[in-house]
Amino acid sequence: MVAKPPRPDISTLAKKAEARELSFHYGTKQALKRISVPVYDRRVTALIGPSGCGKSTFLRCFNRMHDLYPGNRYEGEIRFQPDDIDLLGADIDPIEVRMRLAMVFQKPNPFPKSIFENVAYGLRIRGENRRSALIDAVEEALVAAALWNEVKDRLDEMAMNLSGGQQQRLCIARALASQPEMLLFDEPTSALDPIATASIEELIHQLKDKVTILIVTHNMQQAARVSDFTAYMYLGDLIEYGWTDDVFFRPKHKQTEDYITGRFG
Amino acid sequence: MAVAMPAAQMRALIARQRRKDLLFVLLGVAALCLAFATFITLFLDMLIDGWSRLRPEFFTQFASRKAEQAGILAAWVGTLAVMVVTALVAVPLGVAAGIYLEEYAARNKLTAIIEININNLAGVPSIVYGLLALGMFVHTFGLGASIRTAGLTLALLILPIVIVATREAIRAIPGSIREAAYALGATRWQLVRHHVLPYSMPGILTGVIIGLSRAIGETAPIITIGAVSFIAFLPPAPVQPEFPWLSFEWLASPFTAMPIQIFGWTSRPEAAFQANASAAALVLVAMTLVMNAIAIWLRYRLRRNLSW
Repeated sequence: MVAKPPRPDISTLAKKAEARELSFHYGTKQALKRISVPVYDRRVTALIGPSGCGKSTFLRCFNRMHDLYPGNRYEGEIRFQPDDIDLLGADIDPIEVRMRLAMVFQKPNPFPKSIFENVAYGLRIRGENRRSALIDAVEEALVAAALWNEVKDRLDEMAMNLSGGQQQRLCIARALASQPEMLLFDEPTSALDPIATASIEELIHQLKDKVTILIVTHNMQQAARVSDFTAYMYLGDLIEYGWTDDVFFRPKHKQTEDYITGRFG
Repeated sequence: MAVAMPAAQMRALIARQRRKDLLFVLLGVAALCLAFATFITLFLDMLIDGWSRLRPEFFTQFASRKAEQAGILAAWVGTLAVMVVTALVAVPLGVAAGIYLEEYAARNKLTAIIEININNLAGVPSIVYGLLALGMFVHTFGLGASIRTAGLTLALLILPIVIVATREAIRAIPGSIREAAYALGATRWQLVRHHVLPYSMPGILTGVIIGLSRAIGETAPIITIGAVSFIAFLPPAPVQPEFPWLSFEWLASPFTAMPIQIFGWTSRPEAAFQANASAAALVLVAMTLVMNAIAIWLRYRLRRNLSW
């Protein structure tokens, strides 16, 4: 396990986002039950729990992905800093939310376009079409996603020609290129082999100095390795939240301990 | 635990299954040969009858009472002009309708009814479109038995084909690509413009060509709107030597088309006209084949870079 720096006093940390009494319904089915949990600025917060516990549903509230499908309903709010907006508020355009919070999905989903165009896409839809600006931003994002050295000579090749792990790092570069304030990872390594997984985890480590990260993971070791804070969810309820070390080594709830030690879930 | 099957019995079983497999292969090849042989026979028959007429003059002469002087100039120009109008009307309308239904329309009873009706429209006999056009375009709007009337009529006829093909092509785009674009902050129009349209273009093109291939051979609706089979002039050229250089008078011009010309000639008793009909039919088949070849080439070019 990577050595972690000494923990600061939690009251001195700035919150980037905070869910308050957040409930979510798919039609008549309630998937999240009054979840209240903070997300600290430039820290990694992991969401763990058995399948169907609502962790991905919770993550997808942050960039309003649920708005894309009919019949979904939010209650409560997600306060977002520095301007203290409610990400779920009726007065906030979901497009703005998605521009400020980028997402990396479970399966790599590059566009059937060139490597360059994939990374540049976020900037293009923000109206940036100057070639020089795009070239600089694409290089910077690919460097940050630890992919630059592998692709710098073939930026015009199709993204599909990359391996699965490279595709996922490309998706991370695509998310980073437009300088999001927060990154949402939805089980980003579940479709990857152990080596590609290690490189993504390493990347998350490097990114957290610059950007706040919320990550859903099925892999308990991964949560322990990459996160500062962990939230354990079960059937739409938040069971336990705290410093990752506390949740893993000194869980307050029997259920959390059972899940983490593999006795259930 | 079940008892394992003796090896000899297993081999006999496999041999039986293999024979069935072979039988099906033979059946499939026979069916294919039958279909192909029918086409080849028809094609050869036309070729034998019409080959002697396929000289350059055949394409540059108007219809005539003398079979050996008759050509298909008015017919192929008319067909080409009608196809241009058909494509210009049916493609934007059909693609827009397909995109709207897939990307924008709410999933409710109304869209379900529209959906069923579009699929039904594809099965309506073409003569019905002819009657509709006669009442609406020719009489009510006063567009006459013109190229624009024929183009609009055939556009209506193939609209359902274009819409259905567009929707199928859009549905083949995985949801993960859609979510990727939305997650970066794309609007619905940006998604359509940058992703949905380019990725569905090969499928849309296929639908357009299937539609045009059907339209090019349609006879009944064009006869219904009053196209004549004997025309000894061409529509005015769309490009003029004087200002404003572009002319749209050709749209209002009377016309004839390949299927009408063929139909007209086959109804004459003289063998020479039958030969003309065969030759014209060959040309029509060739036009269809060329259109299909272009579509296949375009689809191949566009699809080369598409995978997910």
